[in-house]
This record gives sequence, structure tokens and C-alpha cells, in this order.
Amino acid sequence: MFRFMLAEAWHAMGANRLRTGLTMLGMVIGVGAVVIMMAIGQGAQYAVKQSIASMGSNLFIVLSGSFTTGGVRSGAAGAPTLNVADAAAIAELDGVINVAPVHQGTRQLVYGPNNWNSQVVGTTPSYLDARAWTVVSGAPFGDSDVRSATRVALVGATAAKNLFGDEDPVGKTLRIQQSPFVVVGVLGSKGQSLDGRDQDDTVIIPLTTAQRKVFGTPFQGSVRMITVQAASDEAMPVVEKGIEALLRQRHRLREGMENDFYMRNLSATAESQAETTRTMSLLLGAIASVSLLVGGIGIMNIMLVSVTERTREIGIRMAIGARERDILSQFLLEAIIISITGCFIGLVLGVGMALLVHAVSGMVVVISGGAVLVAFAVAAGVGVFFGFYPARKAARLDPIEALRYQ
Amino acid sequence: MGNEEVVIRVANLVKSYETAAGAFPALKGVDLAVRAGEYVAIMGPSGSGKSTFMNLLGCLDTPTSGDYFLAGRNVASLDRDELAVLRNRTIGFVFQGFNLLPRMSLEDNVALPLVYRGVDREPRRARARQLLERVGLGQYAASLPSRISGGQQQRVAIARALVNEPQLILADEPTGNLDSHTSEEIMALFGEFNREGITVVLVTHEPDIANHARRQVRFLDGRIVSDRATGGEAA
Ligand SMILES: Nc1ncnc2c1ncn2[C@@H]1O[C@H](COP(=O)(O)OP(=O)(O)OP(=O)(O)O)[C@@H](O)[C@H]1O
Ligand SMILES: [Mg+2]
Repeated sequence: MFRFMLAEAWHAMGANRLRTGLTMLGMVIGVGAVVIMMAIGQGAQYAVKQSIASMGSNLFIVLSGSFTTGGVRSGAAGAPTLNVADAAAIAELDGVINVAPVHQGTRQLVYGPNNWNSQVVGTTPSYLDARAWTVVSGAPFGDSDVRSATRVALVGATAAKNLFGDEDPVGKTLRIQQSPFVVVGVLGSKGQSLDGRDQDDTVIIPLTTAQRKVFGTPFQGSVRMITVQAASDEAMPVVEKGIEALLRQRHRLREGMENDFYMRNLSATAESQAETTRTMSLLLGAIASVSLLVGGIGIMNIMLVSVTERTREIGIRMAIGARERDILSQFLLEAIIISITGCFIGLVLGVGMALLVHAVSGMVVVISGGAVLVAFAVAAGVGVFFGFYPARKAARLDPIEALRYQ
Repeated sequence: MGNEEVVIRVANLVKSYETAAGAFPALKGVDLAVRAGEYVAIMGPSGSGKSTFMNLLGCLDTPTSGDYFLAGRNVASLDRDELAVLRNRTIGFVFQGFNLLPRMSLEDNVALPLVYRGVDREPRRARARQLLERVGLGQYAASLPSRISGGQQQRVAIARALVNEPQLILADEPTGNLDSHTSEEIMALFGEFNREGITVVLVTHEPDIANHARRQVRFLDGRIVSDRATGGEAA
């Protein structure tokens, strides 16, 4: 019985291929859009999660007033308002586990005939701890290297690849601003940061060496940035207040005076970015669902036309003994076949497009079995939902009226 | 014949159509009883209510008032599905316009009432083929209706009407679209099935065709005006 009905539905659909195809196209586009949007949305969420995980947890950065524009008063003559002593004082606060003053900028690196522009970060060993950054070969430099301003460097994976190729960088000497630096270690890979920068395109050197040999700042010991890691998520508000009070006191800011520094809670920023991607991916899904809905309405539309066109056929079927449920299931089956076939094609196309997007743009796409299943269930649901009204209309026809049609 | 079971009994059957100009009475109180195995021809001028009557007998339409008992059951008391089952098993309807489904093979057309009866695929095919052989069209089983002539299509329609072994065949001008030679072939089929015990009621305009029946009922203006036995096929 069911096989017969399937064959019949196939026949009916085959009788008007163009129309069936166009109806299906609505479903194909709907499901394809949902699949690709979900793949991109989930991919973006995944990428953000990776970035957050690679950033290090519970981080603040304290920026010197002269560093930022708008709202925060600049220090005199561009001198940074923060210094190494501030960093040391922050390190004494409760709930703070790592503090690293940072002086960074983009500089050209040279190794033999190769040169490469990278982010050069002058800092202290705590920086690696705060950022949860590992050294995969060689060893990190120590506090003594900072004290005596030795010319040692840790290179990130991207910088290492571009400068040294297949060679092992450890023990090699590279030049930054003409000064030779001995590579003591290679950093583990972190991938992209939240703002899309390649975090591995970097070289980390002692803060003192950076200020003397690379950036040549006239304000030795002053820094534009201090990275602070709190012990826990819960400690962050306390630490934030503590730093503010401490720095105001140290900088002798009287009441009513604005801060000459600026704090950013990186973890909160990351969270809000994760939230943004989540919202974006939901929105994409919602927009795509609308096209699925439109596809469903297309099915209903065509099924209604089909019922009207086949009124006489329905009358004949009723005259030879078709019950309401026979007619109902016949038309419902057609709607479901159209939507499921369309869904399947849309799925294949959507996955193909997502992979293409990935291949062309390198964007992370995630195709989860759950999403595929949901798309399928929704399509079948759409078929039933939008097929039901026309099918019921067919099943409720009066036999003699239907037979007289035309 | 007097003691045989009554297949059709209608009493004071009235059917009015709702039209823009008000209710139009197409049947104005019809009484008729048809016993099992009878062969009845219904005649009468155009518009006298013959088709209206046949559609009521076939449970395709419902009367405005009056009673209709089919094989002892009060049709008015049945719901839509029960009527469908009646049309499926008890009645075989043959139309003037054949009414085959154009996209289906002849075999599938004949088998369709069996599908609605829930018969399995193999016995269904066997039975449909058997009927097609019976009406002399076995070799066209896989063809579409459009590939055969009108007379052949009507034979397929008769095969379809008979596939569920109904008690009653209702035919509304079955030869109306056919030439006289083909009509004779169709009438021969009806005669054959009637001799096997199936009750036949058919509408015709042509006296030649009506003479195949053993009883002629004449309609005029929504009423039966004469009802007489004739010689039947021997005549
Ligand atoms: N659906 C309808 N709505 C309104 N009036 C109808 C309808 N069907 C039939 N009639 C009218 O009822 C009357 C009887 O019609 P019916 O079709 O039963 O006649 P008939 O005897 O079969 O005629 P014919 O020999 O031409 O087939 C006619 O006057 C017809 O116009
Ligand atoms: Mg008529």
C-alpha cells in the first residue's frame, strides 16, 4: 500500500517536473541557507572560543593615559604615566597573581637574508604566565635577563617560520634594529586573537633591552601598558578597584582629578565578543529560517494549485472508494517528499557551500550533526505543516462536486 | 425472482439543487425497488433526473429527502468513510466519460479500488490482470489510457468497476460516447456480468441499448412514469 502510494506520488510529481522542481528549489534554498548560516555562525563561535582560551584568563590591561585618546588626560609631553614601580606595586595587591609591564611595537626582524615585520614585545617573564604561553623548544628568559638587559628573544611560531624556515631557531641570532638577539626559545602556537591578529607573529624580549636597544625611549622605566592577571574571575572586581586606588595614590591624583590611566578588562571584552557572535549566529539562523518558511509556503501554494487541478481525479478516486484518509495521505505524502528531497539537496548544497567558504576565505565553519538533524526535522515538519491544509482540503471534497469539476 | 433479496429500495426520494434562481427540484419523489440479479435500463428525456438519480444510488450525492436502502442498509445513517467503503465494495460505477486516471497504467487503474480496500500488491496485480483479460485487454496492462480507444477505455472502466466483486453495477450512459458497434460490445459485457448474478442498472437514451435489459424504467420531469418488463437480451 505504502509502496504504491510512493510510486503514485512520484508519478504525480513527475507529471509536472518543472513545477515540482521549482517548489523544491524553495526548500533547497531554505535548507541550504540554514545549513550554511549555522556552519558559519557556529564556526565563528568556535573561533572566538579558541581565541578566548588562547588569550589567558582573568586579564586586565592598564594603559598609560598618554596612550589613549579622548576622555583620559594625557601625560606631559607624551611621557607614559605608568612605570615599572607601578607594576611592582600592583603585584603586591591581594588577588593579583601576575603582573607584566609591556612595551611593544612593530619592528623589522632580520635573519641572514630573510627579513620580516613582527610585533616586538618587551616585557618580563610573568607575561608568559599571564598569557598562559608555553615555550615549546628552548627555555624562557628569566628576571635576571630583564635586570641585565640581555639580548635574548623568544620567537612566536609565525615569526619563526618566516625567518628561519625549517631551521631550528634556538641558538640562532636575529637582528632587531641592528641589535643582535640570541633566540633562546620558540613559543607555542596560539592562533588568532579576538581582533583577528595572528598572535604567533611576535618576538618577546626583556623589557629593559627593548627600551634601550629597540624602541630607544627617552623615558626609561616608564611603560605604556601593564598586563595584570587576577587569581580568579571573582577576584576581578576587587582587583580592578585595588589597582585604581593604588595608582591614584601613587600618581598623587587628588579627588576630582581624572585618572591618568585607563583599565580594560580583557576577559569581559572577550565575553561580550562571545556573546556578540552567539547573537550573530542566532540572527543568521533566524534569517535563514525565514527562507525555509518561504519555501514551506511555496509548497502549500503549489499543493493548493495541485489540489484544484486534480479535483476531478480526487472525485474519481472517491467514487471508487477512497476514504478521506486515503486522499489526505496521498497529498501529504507528496508535500513531504518534495520537502524532504528539497531538504536533502539543500543539505548537500549547504555543506558544499560551507566547505567552499572555508576553502576560499579560511573562515572556520562547523557542521554539526545536530544542525543537520534539526534541518531535516524542520523540513519534514514544514512539509507536514504546509502540506496538511491543502491535503485536508482535498480529502474534504464532496465526491459529486469533485466529479463534476470542469 | 419474487423472493430474491432487494438490493435497492428507494422511497419518496427527492433531490433539489440549490441554484441562483432558488431550489430546483430535479427529483420529485421517486419510489423504486431493484432485486438482486436484475438488469434495469433507465430512460427518459434529457433533464428528467436520470443522472441525479444514479448519483444518489451510487452514494456520490445525498438526497434532499426520502429513504434509500442499499443492500438492506439505510444510506442516510452512514458517515463519509462508510459511504466510501460502500462505493468501494458494494457498488461499481461506470461513467459516460470513462473517468480513468490518465497517468496510471491500465492495470493500476483497475487495481486502484483494491488499493483502497487494502489488498496486498501481489493478489492485487493478479486480480487486476484477471479482470483485464476478462474484458479482452490483457495485452495492454502496462499502457496508459490515452493509448487505447474509447471503447477499450470503457472496458477498462468496467473491469475497474468489477474488480472488488460488487453486488451492483451502476452505469450512467456508458455507451453515450461510443459508436453503435462498440456499444454492442460494451452491452455484451454488461449482459455477461449480469448473467453471473451482478445487478445492473444503466441509463441510456437509445432503445436498442435499453432492449438489452429485462426491465425498463422511464423518467419524466423528476418522476418515474413507467416501469415495465421487457424481453431482455433475447429481444
Ligand atoms: N448540480 C446541479 N445544479 C443545479 N441543477 C442541476 C444540477 N445537476 C442537474 N441539474 C438539473 O437537474 C435536472 C436533472 O438533471 P440530470 O442531470 O439528472 O438529467 P438527466 O436526466 O441525466 O439528463 P441527460 O439525459 O441530459 O443526462 C436538469 O434540469 C439539470 O439542469
Ligand atoms: Mg444524465
